[in-house]
Amino acid sequence: MKKLFAVIAALMIIGGIFCSCKNTSENAPEADAEEEIEYQTLSVDDEEYYSKFKDKGISINVYNWGEYISDGADEGTLDVNAEFTKLTGITVNYSTYATNEELYAKLKGGGSSYDIIIPSDYMISRMIKENMLKPLDFKNIPNFKYIKDTFVNPLYDQKNEYSVPYMWGTVGIIYDKTLIDENDIDWNILWNEDYADRILMFDNPRDAFAIAEIMLGYSINTENPEELEKAAEKLKEQKKVVQAYVMDEIFDKMGAGEALIAPYYAGDAITLMDEYEDLAFAVPKSGTNLFVDAMCIPSGSKQKEAAEMYINFMCEPDIAYATTTYVGYSTPNTAAYDMLDDEIKNDGISYPDDEYLKENTTVFYNLSDEANQKMQDLWTDMKSSQYEAKNVWLVPAFMLICVAVSIVILIRRHIKNKKDIF
Amino acid sequence: MKKLSRIYISLVLMFLYAPIFVLIVFSFNTTKSRSVMSGFTFDWYQKLFQNELIMMSLRNTLIIAVIASLSATILGTAAAIGISSMRKFPKMVIINITNIPIINPEIVTGVSLMLLFVFFAARMNLEFGFVTLLIAHITFNVPYVILNVMPKIRQMDPHLYEAAQDLGCNSVQAFFKVVLPEILPGVISGLLMSFTFSLDDFVVSYFTSGSTSQTLPITIYSMTRRKVSPEINALSTIIFAVVVIVLIVKNVIENRPVKPFLKAKEEGR
Repeated sequence: MKKLFAVIAALMIIGGIFCSCKNTSENAPEADAEEEIEYQTLSVDDEEYYSKFKDKGISINVYNWGEYISDGADEGTLDVNAEFTKLTGITVNYSTYATNEELYAKLKGGGSSYDIIIPSDYMISRMIKENMLKPLDFKNIPNFKYIKDTFVNPLYDQKNEYSVPYMWGTVGIIYDKTLIDENDIDWNILWNEDYADRILMFDNPRDAFAIAEIMLGYSINTENPEELEKAAEKLKEQKKVVQAYVMDEIFDKMGAGEALIAPYYAGDAITLMDEYEDLAFAVPKSGTNLFVDAMCIPSGSKQKEAAEMYINFMCEPDIAYATTTYVGYSTPNTAAYDMLDDEIKNDGISYPDDEYLKENTTVFYNLSDEANQKMQDLWTDMKSSQYEAKNVWLVPAFMLICVAVSIVILIRRHIKNKKDIF
Repeated sequence: MKKLSRIYISLVLMFLYAPIFVLIVFSFNTTKSRSVMSGFTFDWYQKLFQNELIMMSLRNTLIIAVIASLSATILGTAAAIGISSMRKFPKMVIINITNIPIINPEIVTGVSLMLLFVFFAARMNLEFGFVTLLIAHITFNVPYVILNVMPKIRQMDPHLYEAAQDLGCNSVQAFFKVVLPEILPGVISGLLMSFTFSLDDFVVSYFTSGSTSQTLPITIYSMTRRKVSPEINALSTIIFAVVVIVLIVKNVIENRPVKPFLKAKEEGR
């Protein structure tokens, strides 16, 4: 036993040394490249505007998605919050959340006050309906002029009173380009039996239903119970070819080659494609969902003007550029877009052409409570409906074996003890 | 037979440590993948120390854990001593009441604390943040300290305290010179336990933290919308290493042969 451990340990050490040796030799050319890092500098349109609150000791509370801002961790990039403090003298208390629902619960719970939040489209329409947001004073946000027309007056905030778009993206399909032709990519490939068990699917009802609804030609914001039921039917059909319903496990499953096709968000697909050359991303021709995360000021905010200054700052071309390059999602800021490399602008992943955006994409807005409930019920029903997965018995069987082994050990010990008595 | 039990114990150990081992290995991975090992690097460790949000949260977590566990230890020890000198029936009632928060699901504690704080926030201009988080952590730590200190008090000879007073101590001296050294192991294990509890608490912190202070578990959780970065692996590896080193040091100190020390003492006499 001990010998075995020793051998394994030795192998690991040798492996480690080998790896690190290989690594140092590989790193040599990279070190040269690192010296040429371009340090991004910040210039703003109107410095005087930002000096309004200097030396007043004001702080604002920003509540953003995790990993959704440039923090200067990579050399040469801007630390956005630090730059803001340097420029305006306003301290930023930055905290993060993982889902729209978490943000909603936190605001509804009361007690904490935030000055900036960045919910997604449908959550914004819900918050507007429930009077949770303050109307913005666009006089204080001159940089709104940089926001692309497509994103002004969106469906979730039709008069554009409450929100300034921060990032956007589309839902598309990640696929293995060595095995699948780009021209075949459309939503129905996720139902294709040729790829049975190599397909992944969203594990949240809203995104999954949207795919089925697009295929059936319904609106992705439909509240019609019949249409929802038909969409659920469609998803049930798909179930036999789906390997797993997942969210961010997609990265590992696609990366390791366990699956070939998965729907996901454009920004994350780029991160994945940077690592694995075989993967590609395409936006289905028949249309898709466009999501927008936008900056808003919740009604509990006590520093509205400072918060508007922060929003304006986030719309500065330099800052928007830094954020979009760090996060990988698309920017609605035209000036920042112009600063991007042509490669990113033209690859059709982050920035599909305008005509497609106008004709074939729709944003979510909030559904009525009944429709949400209906969708949730249908989703649960779909996921729990009978299906014969092959490895279901594996875990229980293993547990049974474990229990059996321990019982055997116990009984034998018992017998031995009894023998010892005599 | 012996072989069988050995296999069994190695299986148990494997289940306990395989996840941690995997986590450590992937903290040295050159890519962000969690399944394919593609090279060896220390980059994530370097990035970790540059990530301001993680470092801030780590600092918050440590500050809160230290203050909360110290205050809870003082409160809990005092409470345990008070409880032990009660009569039988009230003693039983109080012990059971303090045990309820331990059995209670954490989420109930979290939500009820949040509701309480919201209630006061509306009236007293209290804002969620460091203070609420600290109060919450002290609250769920106190029962654990009581639980650890009580048995030590029960083991102690109740007449020691009286003897100390007979020999000229006043009550404060008697407590610090006689009672405290006697129950110290319980106090320390209570302190360590509450420290670890507030270090890794997620549920209660989630409901009681506000806009100005965020603890590490919440930060890590919020990173899951996008792919969890191996920086987290690196951080966990460091925490694991620190814990292991502390444990080893503790064991070495405890198991140091006491005999030479005693001998020296005797010779001195």
